[in-house]
Amino acid sequence: MNAKFACSLALALLLGVSAQAKDWPKIKIATEGAFPPYNMQNADGKLAGFEIDLAADLCKRMKAECEVVAQDWDGILPGLNAGKYDAIMAALSITPKRMEVIAFSVPYVSSPTVLATTKGGGMENLPGTGTRINLDDDAAARAAIEPLRAKLKGKAIGVQVSTIQADFMNSYFKGVADVRVYKTAEEFNLDLEAGRIDAILAAAANVKAAMDTPQGKDIVFTGPAFGGGPIGIGSGVGLRKSDPELKGMFDTAIKAATADGTLARLSNQWFKLDLTPPS
Amino acid sequence: MIDPAFLTDTIGQLLGGLPLTLSLSAISILAGGVLALALALLRRSSGIGSLFVRAYVFVFRGSPLLVQIFLIYYGLSQFPALRHSVLWPFLRQPYWCAVLALALNTAAYASEIIRGGLIAVPSGMIEAGRALGLSPFRLFRLIVLPLAVRQALPAYGNEIVIMVKSTALASIITLMEITGIAHQIIGDTFRSFEVFLCAGAIYLALNSLIARGVWLIERRLSPIV
Repeated sequence: MNAKFACSLALALLLGVSAQAKDWPKIKIATEGAFPPYNMQNADGKLAGFEIDLAADLCKRMKAECEVVAQDWDGILPGLNAGKYDAIMAALSITPKRMEVIAFSVPYVSSPTVLATTKGGGMENLPGTGTRINLDDDAAARAAIEPLRAKLKGKAIGVQVSTIQADFMNSYFKGVADVRVYKTAEEFNLDLEAGRIDAILAAAANVKAAMDTPQGKDIVFTGPAFGGGPIGIGSGVGLRKSDPELKGMFDTAIKAATADGTLARLSNQWFKLDLTPPS
Repeated sequence: MIDPAFLTDTIGQLLGGLPLTLSLSAISILAGGVLALALALLRRSSGIGSLFVRAYVFVFRGSPLLVQIFLIYYGLSQFPALRHSVLWPFLRQPYWCAVLALALNTAAYASEIIRGGLIAVPSGMIEAGRALGLSPFRLFRLIVLPLAVRQALPAYGNEIVIMVKSTALASIITLMEITGIAHQIIGDTFRSFEVFLCAGAIYLALNSLIARGVWLIERRLSPIV
Protein backbone atom coordinates (compact mmCIF):
# COMPACT_ATOMS: atom_id res chain seq x y z
CA MET A 1 0.00 0.00 0.00
CA ASN A 2 2.82 2.36 0.95
CA ALA A 3 4.83 1.42 -2.10
CA LYS A 4 1.78 2.00 -4.29
CA PHE A 5 1.24 5.42 -2.75
CA ALA A 6 4.91 6.33 -3.22
CA CYS A 7 4.68 5.18 -6.80
CA SER A 8 1.66 7.31 -7.62
CA LEU A 9 3.22 10.26 -5.80
CA ALA A 10 6.36 9.88 -7.89
CA LEU A 11 4.22 9.67 -11.02
CA ALA A 12 2.28 12.77 -10.01
CA LEU A 13 5.52 14.68 -9.43
CA LEU A 14 6.91 13.40 -12.70
CA LEU A 15 3.87 14.66 -14.60
CA GLY A 16 3.96 17.93 -12.71
CA VAL A 17 0.51 17.33 -11.30
CA SER A 18 0.13 19.10 -8.01
CA ALA A 19 -3.03 17.31 -6.79
CA GLN A 20 -2.74 13.97 -5.02
CA ALA A 21 -4.68 10.90 -6.19
CA LYS A 22 -8.36 11.80 -6.06
CA ASP A 23 -10.42 10.39 -3.21
CA TRP A 24 -13.82 8.90 -4.01
CA PRO A 25 -16.05 9.07 -0.91
CA LYS A 26 -19.06 9.49 -3.21
CA ILE A 27 -19.64 7.83 -6.58
CA LYS A 28 -22.51 8.56 -8.93
CA ILE A 29 -23.36 5.55 -11.10
CA ALA A 30 -25.62 5.69 -14.18
CA THR A 31 -27.75 2.78 -15.33
CA GLU A 32 -30.41 2.49 -18.02
CA GLY A 33 -33.28 1.18 -15.91
CA ALA A 34 -34.94 -0.59 -18.87
CA PHE A 35 -32.81 -3.68 -19.43
CA PRO A 36 -34.04 -6.44 -17.13
CA PRO A 37 -32.68 -8.30 -15.31
CA TYR A 38 -29.49 -6.19 -15.40
CA ASN A 39 -31.32 -3.01 -14.48
CA MET A 40 -34.96 -2.02 -14.47
CA GLN A 41 -37.53 0.05 -12.69
CA ASN A 42 -39.89 -1.54 -10.17
CA ALA A 43 -43.64 -0.98 -10.24
CA ASP A 44 -43.05 1.84 -7.74
CA GLY A 45 -40.41 3.45 -9.97
CA LYS A 46 -37.36 2.39 -7.94
CA LEU A 47 -34.28 1.02 -9.74
CA ALA A 48 -33.66 -2.68 -9.23
CA GLY A 49 -31.76 -5.53 -10.85
CA PHE A 50 -28.47 -7.40 -10.94
CA GLU A 51 -26.40 -4.26 -11.45
CA ILE A 52 -28.17 -2.32 -8.72
CA ASP A 53 -27.44 -5.10 -6.20
CA LEU A 54 -23.90 -5.49 -7.49
CA ALA A 55 -23.29 -1.73 -7.27
CA ALA A 56 -24.38 -1.80 -3.62
CA ASP A 57 -21.99 -4.68 -2.91
CA LEU A 58 -19.06 -3.08 -4.77
CA CYS A 59 -19.60 0.27 -3.08
CA LYS A 60 -19.52 -1.40 0.33
CA ARG A 61 -16.19 -2.97 -0.64
CA MET A 62 -14.87 0.39 -1.92
CA LYS A 63 -16.15 2.13 1.25
CA ALA A 64 -17.89 4.70 -0.93
CA GLU A 65 -21.34 6.19 -0.79
CA CYS A 66 -23.05 5.49 -4.10
CA GLU A 67 -25.99 7.01 -5.87
CA VAL A 68 -27.45 5.08 -8.81
CA VAL A 69 -29.32 7.18 -11.36
CA ALA A 70 -31.32 6.25 -14.49
CA GLN A 71 -30.06 7.61 -17.82
CA ASP A 72 -31.32 7.03 -21.37
CA TRP A 73 -29.19 4.54 -23.25
CA ASP A 74 -28.63 6.92 -26.17
CA GLY A 75 -26.83 9.49 -24.07
CA ILE A 76 -25.20 7.21 -21.54
CA LEU A 77 -21.61 7.40 -22.89
CA PRO A 78 -21.56 11.13 -23.73
CA GLY A 79 -22.97 11.83 -20.24
CA LEU A 80 -20.02 10.06 -18.61
CA ASN A 81 -17.42 12.16 -20.39
CA ALA A 82 -19.52 15.27 -19.76
CA GLY A 83 -19.17 14.56 -16.02
CA LYS A 84 -22.86 14.02 -15.26
CA TYR A 85 -21.87 10.85 -13.35
CA ASP A 86 -18.68 8.93 -12.60
CA ALA A 87 -19.43 5.37 -13.67
CA ILE A 88 -21.78 3.37 -15.88
CA MET A 89 -23.21 -0.01 -14.89
CA ALA A 90 -25.67 -0.71 -17.68
CA ALA A 91 -24.77 -4.03 -19.27
CA LEU A 92 -22.10 -2.07 -21.12
CA SER A 93 -20.11 -4.54 -23.22
CA ILE A 94 -16.37 -4.01 -23.37
CA THR A 95 -15.41 -3.35 -27.02
CA PRO A 96 -12.27 -1.91 -28.64
CA LYS A 97 -14.35 0.89 -30.18
CA ARG A 98 -15.74 1.96 -26.81
CA MET A 99 -12.29 1.68 -25.24
CA GLU A 100 -11.14 4.51 -27.52
CA VAL A 101 -13.57 6.80 -25.72
CA ILE A 102 -13.89 5.48 -22.16
CA ALA A 103 -12.10 3.14 -19.76
CA PHE A 104 -13.53 -0.13 -18.44
CA SER A 105 -13.14 -2.09 -15.23
CA VAL A 106 -12.54 -5.83 -15.50
CA PRO A 107 -15.76 -7.57 -16.68
CA TYR A 108 -18.35 -8.52 -14.07
CA VAL A 109 -20.75 -10.41 -16.34
CA SER A 110 -20.37 -12.28 -19.62
CA SER A 111 -23.42 -13.37 -21.58
CA PRO A 112 -23.35 -14.92 -25.07
CA THR A 113 -25.43 -13.37 -27.88
CA VAL A 114 -28.33 -15.44 -29.16
CA LEU A 115 -31.24 -15.34 -31.59
CA ALA A 116 -34.74 -15.89 -30.24
CA THR A 117 -38.09 -16.28 -31.94
CA THR A 118 -41.65 -17.28 -31.05
CA LYS A 119 -43.10 -20.81 -31.10
CA GLY A 120 -44.91 -21.54 -34.31
CA GLY A 121 -43.38 -18.56 -36.12
CA GLY A 122 -41.49 -20.80 -38.53
CA MET A 123 -38.07 -19.70 -37.30
CA GLU A 124 -37.51 -22.40 -34.70
CA ASN A 125 -34.52 -24.76 -34.96
CA LEU A 126 -32.47 -22.59 -37.28
CA PRO A 127 -29.19 -24.15 -38.49
CA GLY A 128 -26.73 -24.45 -35.64
CA THR A 129 -29.25 -24.51 -32.79
CA GLY A 130 -27.46 -25.63 -29.63
CA THR A 131 -23.96 -24.90 -30.94
CA ARG A 132 -21.65 -22.01 -30.10
CA ILE A 133 -19.75 -19.96 -32.67
CA ASN A 134 -16.59 -18.14 -31.60
CA LEU A 135 -16.16 -14.92 -33.57
CA ASP A 136 -12.46 -14.48 -32.71
CA ASP A 137 -11.65 -16.30 -35.96
CA ASP A 138 -13.63 -14.20 -38.44
CA ALA A 139 -13.19 -16.45 -41.50
CA ALA A 140 -14.22 -19.63 -39.69
CA ALA A 141 -17.16 -17.81 -38.09
CA ARG A 142 -18.39 -16.54 -41.47
CA ALA A 143 -18.26 -20.06 -42.88
CA ALA A 144 -20.20 -21.40 -39.90
CA ILE A 145 -22.81 -18.63 -40.24
CA GLU A 146 -23.37 -19.17 -43.98
CA PRO A 147 -26.32 -21.65 -43.64
CA LEU A 148 -27.93 -19.24 -41.17
CA ARG A 149 -27.66 -16.33 -43.60
CA ALA A 150 -29.76 -18.22 -46.13
CA LYS A 151 -32.49 -18.78 -43.53
CA LEU A 152 -32.55 -15.17 -42.38
CA LYS A 153 -32.95 -13.74 -45.88
CA GLY A 154 -35.64 -11.05 -45.83
CA LYS A 155 -36.58 -11.78 -42.21
CA ALA A 156 -37.17 -8.87 -39.84
CA ILE A 157 -34.68 -9.10 -36.95
CA GLY A 158 -34.87 -6.73 -33.99
CA VAL A 159 -31.76 -5.37 -32.23
CA GLN A 160 -31.19 -2.53 -29.78
CA VAL A 161 -29.52 0.64 -31.04
CA SER A 162 -25.79 1.11 -30.30
CA THR A 163 -25.29 -2.40 -28.97
CA ILE A 164 -22.69 -5.00 -29.93
CA GLN A 165 -25.61 -7.04 -31.29
CA ALA A 166 -26.48 -4.21 -33.69
CA ASP A 167 -22.83 -4.10 -34.83
CA PHE A 168 -22.76 -7.88 -35.21
CA MET A 169 -25.98 -7.83 -37.25
CA ASN A 170 -24.58 -5.15 -39.55
CA SER A 171 -21.26 -6.88 -40.11
CA TYR A 172 -22.60 -10.41 -40.69
CA PHE A 173 -26.16 -9.98 -42.03
CA LYS A 174 -26.24 -6.57 -43.74
CA GLY A 175 -28.27 -6.70 -46.93
CA VAL A 176 -29.62 -10.15 -46.00
CA ALA A 177 -31.94 -9.62 -43.05
CA ASP A 178 -34.26 -6.64 -42.54
CA VAL A 179 -32.56 -5.23 -39.42
CA ARG A 180 -34.92 -3.19 -37.22
CA VAL A 181 -33.27 -0.98 -34.64
CA TYR A 182 -35.10 -0.37 -31.35
CA LYS A 183 -34.35 2.01 -28.52
CA THR A 184 -34.99 -0.53 -25.76
CA ALA A 185 -35.16 -4.30 -25.30
CA GLU A 186 -38.72 -3.99 -23.99
CA GLU A 187 -39.78 -2.60 -27.35
CA PHE A 188 -38.40 -5.41 -29.49
CA ASN A 189 -39.83 -7.98 -27.08
CA LEU A 190 -43.26 -6.38 -27.58
CA ASP A 191 -42.85 -6.46 -31.36
CA LEU A 192 -41.62 -10.06 -31.33
CA GLU A 193 -44.69 -11.09 -29.34
CA ALA A 194 -46.94 -9.04 -31.63
CA GLY A 195 -45.45 -10.78 -34.68
CA ARG A 196 -44.05 -7.63 -36.28
CA ILE A 197 -40.55 -9.10 -36.36
CA ASP A 198 -39.44 -12.70 -36.94
CA ALA A 199 -36.64 -12.86 -34.40
CA ILE A 200 -34.51 -10.79 -32.03
CA LEU A 201 -30.76 -10.85 -31.52
CA ALA A 202 -29.79 -10.12 -27.93
CA ALA A 203 -27.70 -11.26 -24.98
CA ALA A 204 -28.85 -14.63 -23.59
CA ALA A 205 -29.50 -13.18 -20.15
CA ASN A 206 -32.00 -10.63 -21.49
CA VAL A 207 -33.81 -13.18 -23.62
CA LYS A 208 -34.06 -15.49 -20.61
CA ALA A 209 -35.59 -12.63 -18.61
CA ALA A 210 -38.16 -11.98 -21.36
CA MET A 211 -39.03 -15.70 -21.48
CA ASP A 212 -39.79 -15.70 -17.79
CA THR A 213 -42.52 -13.05 -18.12
CA PRO A 214 -46.12 -14.15 -18.78
CA GLN A 215 -46.17 -12.43 -22.19
CA GLY A 216 -42.87 -14.03 -23.17
CA LYS A 217 -43.89 -17.66 -22.62
CA ASP A 218 -43.80 -18.38 -26.36
CA ILE A 219 -40.25 -17.06 -26.89
CA VAL A 220 -37.64 -19.73 -27.65
CA PHE A 221 -33.90 -19.70 -28.40
CA THR A 222 -33.00 -20.58 -31.98
CA GLY A 223 -29.78 -20.91 -33.97
CA PRO A 224 -26.26 -20.85 -32.52
CA ALA A 225 -24.94 -18.77 -29.63
CA PHE A 226 -22.21 -16.24 -30.48
CA GLY A 227 -19.26 -15.11 -28.37
CA GLY A 228 -15.82 -13.49 -28.74
CA GLY A 229 -14.80 -11.12 -31.56
CA PRO A 230 -17.07 -8.09 -31.83
CA ILE A 231 -19.36 -9.59 -29.15
CA GLY A 232 -16.51 -9.02 -26.70
CA ILE A 233 -15.42 -10.45 -23.39
CA GLY A 234 -18.34 -9.27 -21.30
CA SER A 235 -19.65 -6.16 -19.58
CA GLY A 236 -17.69 -3.98 -17.21
CA VAL A 237 -18.07 -0.70 -15.38
CA GLY A 238 -17.65 2.20 -17.81
CA LEU A 239 -15.35 4.92 -16.48
CA ARG A 240 -13.64 8.10 -17.64
CA LYS A 241 -10.07 7.57 -18.84
CA SER A 242 -9.04 10.42 -16.55
CA ASP A 243 -10.02 8.50 -13.39
CA PRO A 244 -7.52 5.63 -13.14
CA GLU A 245 -7.87 5.52 -9.30
CA LEU A 246 -11.59 4.79 -9.64
CA LYS A 247 -10.86 2.03 -12.16
CA GLY A 248 -8.40 0.52 -9.69
CA MET A 249 -11.05 0.61 -6.95
CA PHE A 250 -13.69 -1.08 -9.12
CA ASP A 251 -11.22 -3.70 -10.40
CA THR A 252 -10.21 -4.67 -6.86
CA ALA A 253 -13.82 -4.79 -5.67
CA ILE A 254 -15.01 -6.90 -8.67
CA LYS A 255 -12.13 -9.36 -8.24
CA ALA A 256 -13.00 -9.71 -4.55
CA ALA A 257 -16.69 -10.25 -5.36
CA THR A 258 -15.73 -12.90 -7.93
CA ALA A 259 -13.39 -14.66 -5.48
CA ASP A 260 -15.87 -14.92 -2.59
CA GLY A 261 -18.74 -16.08 -4.82
CA THR A 262 -20.87 -12.94 -4.45
CA LEU A 263 -20.89 -12.42 -8.22
CA ALA A 264 -22.04 -16.00 -8.91
CA ARG A 265 -24.75 -15.71 -6.23
CA LEU A 266 -26.14 -12.45 -7.63
CA SER A 267 -25.94 -13.81 -11.17
CA ASN A 268 -27.90 -16.93 -10.25
CA GLN A 269 -30.41 -14.83 -8.34
CA TRP A 270 -31.13 -12.47 -11.24
CA PHE A 271 -30.34 -14.47 -14.42
CA LYS A 272 -31.05 -18.03 -13.24
CA LEU A 273 -27.67 -18.63 -14.92
CA ASP A 274 -24.09 -18.19 -13.69
CA LEU A 275 -22.66 -15.54 -16.00
CA THR A 276 -19.47 -14.90 -14.01
CA PRO A 277 -16.80 -14.04 -16.61
CA PRO A 278 -14.05 -16.64 -17.02
CA SER A 279 -10.96 -15.19 -15.30
CA MET B 1 -12.48 19.40 -32.66
CA ILE B 2 -14.36 20.02 -35.92
CA ASP B 3 -13.21 17.46 -38.43
CA PRO B 4 -14.32 18.34 -41.99
CA ALA B 5 -13.87 14.78 -43.32
CA PHE B 6 -16.11 13.42 -40.57
CA LEU B 7 -18.74 16.10 -41.22
CA THR B 8 -18.84 15.35 -44.96
CA ASP B 9 -19.09 11.64 -44.29
CA THR B 10 -21.85 12.19 -41.71
CA ILE B 11 -23.88 14.45 -44.02
CA GLY B 12 -23.58 11.78 -46.73
CA GLN B 13 -24.85 9.05 -44.40
CA LEU B 14 -27.65 11.24 -43.04
CA LEU B 15 -28.84 12.13 -46.56
CA GLY B 16 -29.53 8.40 -46.95
CA GLY B 17 -32.48 9.00 -44.62
CA LEU B 18 -33.79 11.97 -46.61
CA PRO B 19 -36.09 9.97 -48.94
CA LEU B 20 -37.83 8.42 -45.91
CA THR B 21 -38.16 11.80 -44.17
CA LEU B 22 -39.62 13.30 -47.36
CA SER B 23 -42.04 10.45 -48.00
CA LEU B 24 -43.25 10.41 -44.37
CA SER B 25 -43.78 14.19 -44.52
CA ALA B 26 -45.42 14.27 -47.95
CA ILE B 27 -47.89 11.42 -47.41
CA SER B 28 -48.89 12.46 -43.91
CA ILE B 29 -49.27 16.14 -44.87
CA LEU B 30 -51.41 15.27 -47.91
CA ALA B 31 -53.60 12.74 -46.10
CA GLY B 32 -53.79 14.99 -43.05
CA GLY B 33 -54.69 17.99 -45.22
CA VAL B 34 -57.62 16.22 -46.88
CA LEU B 35 -58.83 15.00 -43.49
CA ALA B 36 -58.40 18.51 -42.08
CA LEU B 37 -60.62 20.05 -44.77
CA ALA B 38 -63.33 17.48 -44.07
CA LEU B 39 -63.01 18.11 -40.32
CA ALA B 40 -63.15 21.90 -40.78
CA LEU B 41 -66.36 21.66 -42.82
CA LEU B 42 -67.89 19.22 -40.34
CA ARG B 43 -66.94 21.58 -37.53
CA ARG B 44 -69.06 24.33 -39.17
CA SER B 45 -72.09 22.07 -39.32
CA SER B 46 -74.41 22.01 -36.36
CA GLY B 47 -75.02 19.13 -34.01
CA ILE B 48 -73.19 15.87 -33.53
CA GLY B 49 -70.61 16.39 -36.33
CA SER B 50 -69.30 19.59 -34.83
CA LEU B 51 -69.14 17.95 -31.41
CA PHE B 52 -67.12 15.03 -32.81
CA VAL B 53 -64.60 17.37 -34.44
CA ARG B 54 -64.20 19.35 -31.23
CA ALA B 55 -63.49 16.15 -29.32
CA TYR B 56 -61.04 14.99 -32.02
CA VAL B 57 -59.11 18.26 -31.98
CA PHE B 58 -59.14 18.26 -28.17
CA VAL B 59 -57.54 14.81 -28.02
CA PHE B 60 -54.99 15.09 -30.84
CA ARG B 61 -53.95 18.66 -30.13
CA GLY B 62 -53.84 18.12 -26.38
CA SER B 63 -51.62 15.04 -26.20
CA PRO B 64 -47.96 14.75 -27.29
CA LEU B 65 -47.31 13.33 -30.76
CA LEU B 66 -44.73 11.02 -29.19
CA VAL B 67 -47.45 9.46 -27.04
CA GLN B 68 -49.75 9.13 -30.05
CA ILE B 69 -47.04 7.31 -32.02
CA PHE B 70 -46.40 4.95 -29.10
CA LEU B 71 -50.12 4.28 -28.65
CA ILE B 72 -50.66 3.51 -32.32
CA TYR B 73 -47.50 1.42 -32.73
CA TYR B 74 -47.04 -0.44 -29.43
CA GLY B 75 -50.52 0.09 -27.98
CA LEU B 76 -52.73 -1.23 -30.77
CA SER B 77 -50.55 -4.30 -31.34
CA GLN B 78 -51.37 -5.45 -27.79
CA PHE B 79 -54.89 -6.45 -28.87
CA PRO B 80 -54.95 -9.95 -30.41
CA ALA B 81 -58.26 -9.08 -32.13
CA LEU B 82 -56.52 -6.31 -34.05
CA ARG B 83 -53.58 -8.55 -34.92
CA HIS B 84 -56.02 -10.93 -36.60
CA SER B 85 -58.00 -8.19 -38.37
CA VAL B 86 -57.68 -6.94 -41.94
CA LEU B 87 -55.90 -3.84 -40.61
CA TRP B 88 -52.89 -5.81 -39.36
CA PRO B 89 -50.90 -6.03 -42.64
CA PHE B 90 -51.04 -2.22 -42.59
CA LEU B 91 -50.49 -1.62 -38.86
CA ARG B 92 -47.78 -4.29 -38.69
CA GLN B 93 -45.44 -1.99 -40.55
CA PRO B 94 -43.77 0.82 -38.64
CA TYR B 95 -43.96 3.04 -41.73
CA TRP B 96 -47.76 3.08 -41.91
CA CYS B 97 -48.10 3.47 -38.14
CA ALA B 98 -45.93 6.58 -38.35
CA VAL B 99 -47.88 7.97 -41.32
CA LEU B 100 -51.16 7.32 -39.51
CA ALA B 101 -50.04 9.06 -36.31
CA LEU B 102 -48.55 12.03 -38.17
CA ALA B 103 -51.61 12.42 -40.42
CA LEU B 104 -54.12 12.23 -37.56
CA ASN B 105 -52.07 14.72 -35.60
CA THR B 106 -51.62 17.28 -38.35
CA ALA B 107 -55.31 16.96 -39.29
CA ALA B 108 -56.26 18.27 -35.84
CA TYR B 109 -54.07 21.38 -36.13
CA ALA B 110 -54.76 21.98 -39.81
CA SER B 111 -58.54 21.72 -39.35
CA GLU B 112 -58.37 24.66 -36.96
CA ILE B 113 -56.18 26.61 -39.41
CA ILE B 114 -58.63 25.97 -42.26
CA ARG B 115 -61.56 26.84 -40.01
CA GLY B 116 -59.86 30.17 -39.33
CA GLY B 117 -59.50 30.71 -43.07
CA LEU B 118 -63.17 29.92 -43.67
CA ILE B 119 -64.30 32.32 -40.95
CA ALA B 120 -62.16 35.07 -42.47
CA VAL B 121 -64.02 34.98 -45.82
CA PRO B 122 -65.97 38.29 -45.87
CA SER B 123 -69.73 37.72 -45.76
CA GLY B 124 -70.14 40.34 -48.50
CA MET B 125 -68.32 38.03 -50.94
CA ILE B 126 -70.64 35.16 -50.09
CA GLU B 127 -73.71 37.36 -50.49
CA ALA B 128 -72.39 38.56 -53.85
CA GLY B 129 -72.01 34.94 -54.95
CA ARG B 130 -75.54 34.15 -53.85
CA ALA B 131 -76.83 37.21 -55.71
CA LEU B 132 -75.20 35.80 -58.87
CA GLY B 133 -77.28 32.65 -58.38
CA LEU B 134 -74.33 30.28 -57.71
CA SER B 135 -75.22 26.88 -56.29
CA PRO B 136 -73.85 26.23 -52.76
CA PHE B 137 -71.18 23.90 -54.19
CA ARG B 138 -70.03 26.38 -56.86
CA LEU B 139 -70.13 29.17 -54.30
CA PHE B 140 -67.80 27.13 -52.08
CA ARG B 141 -65.47 26.09 -54.87
CA LEU B 142 -65.22 29.43 -56.65
CA ILE B 143 -65.36 31.92 -53.80
CA VAL B 144 -65.12 30.53 -50.28
CA LEU B 145 -62.34 27.94 -50.71
CA PRO B 146 -59.84 30.09 -52.68
CA LEU B 147 -60.23 32.97 -50.23
CA ALA B 148 -60.01 30.64 -47.23
CA VAL B 149 -56.88 28.97 -48.60
CA ARG B 150 -55.21 32.33 -49.15
CA GLN B 151 -56.07 33.40 -45.61
CA ALA B 152 -54.92 30.12 -44.08
CA LEU B 153 -51.70 29.73 -46.08
CA PRO B 154 -49.21 31.50 -43.77
CA ALA B 155 -50.37 29.49 -40.75
CA TYR B 156 -50.54 26.31 -42.83
CA GLY B 157 -46.96 26.87 -44.01
CA ASN B 158 -45.98 26.81 -40.34
CA GLU B 159 -47.79 23.52 -39.87
CA ILE B 160 -45.97 21.95 -42.85
CA VAL B 161 -42.59 22.94 -41.40
CA ILE B 162 -43.58 21.56 -37.99
CA MET B 163 -44.64 18.28 -39.61
CA VAL B 164 -41.30 17.86 -41.40
CA LYS B 165 -39.57 18.26 -38.04
CA SER B 166 -42.05 15.89 -36.37
CA THR B 167 -41.01 13.04 -38.67
CA ALA B 168 -37.89 12.86 -36.48
CA LEU B 169 -40.09 11.08 -33.92
CA ALA B 170 -40.55 8.18 -36.35
CA SER B 171 -37.06 7.03 -35.37
CA ILE B 172 -38.46 5.73 -32.08
CA ILE B 173 -40.44 3.08 -33.94
CA THR B 174 -37.41 1.74 -35.80
CA LEU B 175 -37.69 3.93 -38.92
CA MET B 176 -34.25 4.99 -40.09
CA GLU B 177 -34.98 8.50 -41.28
CA ILE B 178 -32.49 11.34 -40.75
CA THR B 179 -32.73 11.39 -36.94
CA GLY B 180 -32.71 7.58 -36.72
CA ILE B 181 -29.50 7.43 -38.73
CA ALA B 182 -28.05 10.23 -36.57
CA HIS B 183 -28.69 8.15 -33.42
CA GLN B 184 -27.02 5.19 -35.07
CA ILE B 185 -23.91 7.17 -36.06
CA ILE B 186 -23.68 8.58 -32.52
CA GLY B 187 -23.92 5.05 -31.16
CA ASP B 188 -20.94 4.10 -33.31
CA THR B 189 -18.80 7.20 -32.85
CA PHE B 190 -20.09 8.90 -29.65
CA ARG B 191 -19.74 12.27 -31.43
CA SER B 192 -23.20 13.61 -30.65
CA PHE B 193 -22.36 17.29 -31.20
CA GLU B 194 -21.14 17.03 -34.79
CA VAL B 195 -23.77 14.48 -35.83
CA PHE B 196 -26.75 16.42 -34.46
CA LEU B 197 -25.25 19.59 -35.96
CA CYS B 198 -25.31 17.94 -39.41
CA ALA B 199 -28.83 16.57 -38.88
CA GLY B 200 -30.01 20.02 -37.79
CA ALA B 201 -28.45 21.60 -40.87
CA ILE B 202 -30.29 19.18 -43.17
CA TYR B 203 -33.67 19.94 -41.53
CA LEU B 204 -32.89 23.65 -41.70
CA ALA B 205 -32.08 23.49 -45.42
CA LEU B 206 -35.18 21.43 -46.13
CA ASN B 207 -37.47 23.74 -44.19
CA SER B 208 -36.03 26.90 -45.71
CA LEU B 209 -36.91 25.47 -49.14
CA ILE B 210 -40.44 24.72 -47.94
CA ALA B 211 -40.84 28.19 -46.41
CA ARG B 212 -39.66 29.72 -49.70
CA GLY B 213 -42.14 27.56 -51.65
CA VAL B 214 -45.05 28.58 -49.40
CA TRP B 215 -44.03 32.24 -49.77
CA LEU B 216 -44.04 31.94 -53.59
CA ILE B 217 -47.53 30.39 -53.57
CA GLU B 218 -48.71 33.13 -51.20
CA ARG B 219 -47.40 35.78 -53.59
CA ARG B 220 -49.11 34.14 -56.54
CA LEU B 221 -52.42 34.03 -54.71
CA SER B 222 -52.28 37.70 -53.71
CA PRO B 223 -53.82 39.70 -56.58
CA ILE B 224 -52.36 43.05 -55.54
CA VAL B 225 -49.19 43.48 -53.57
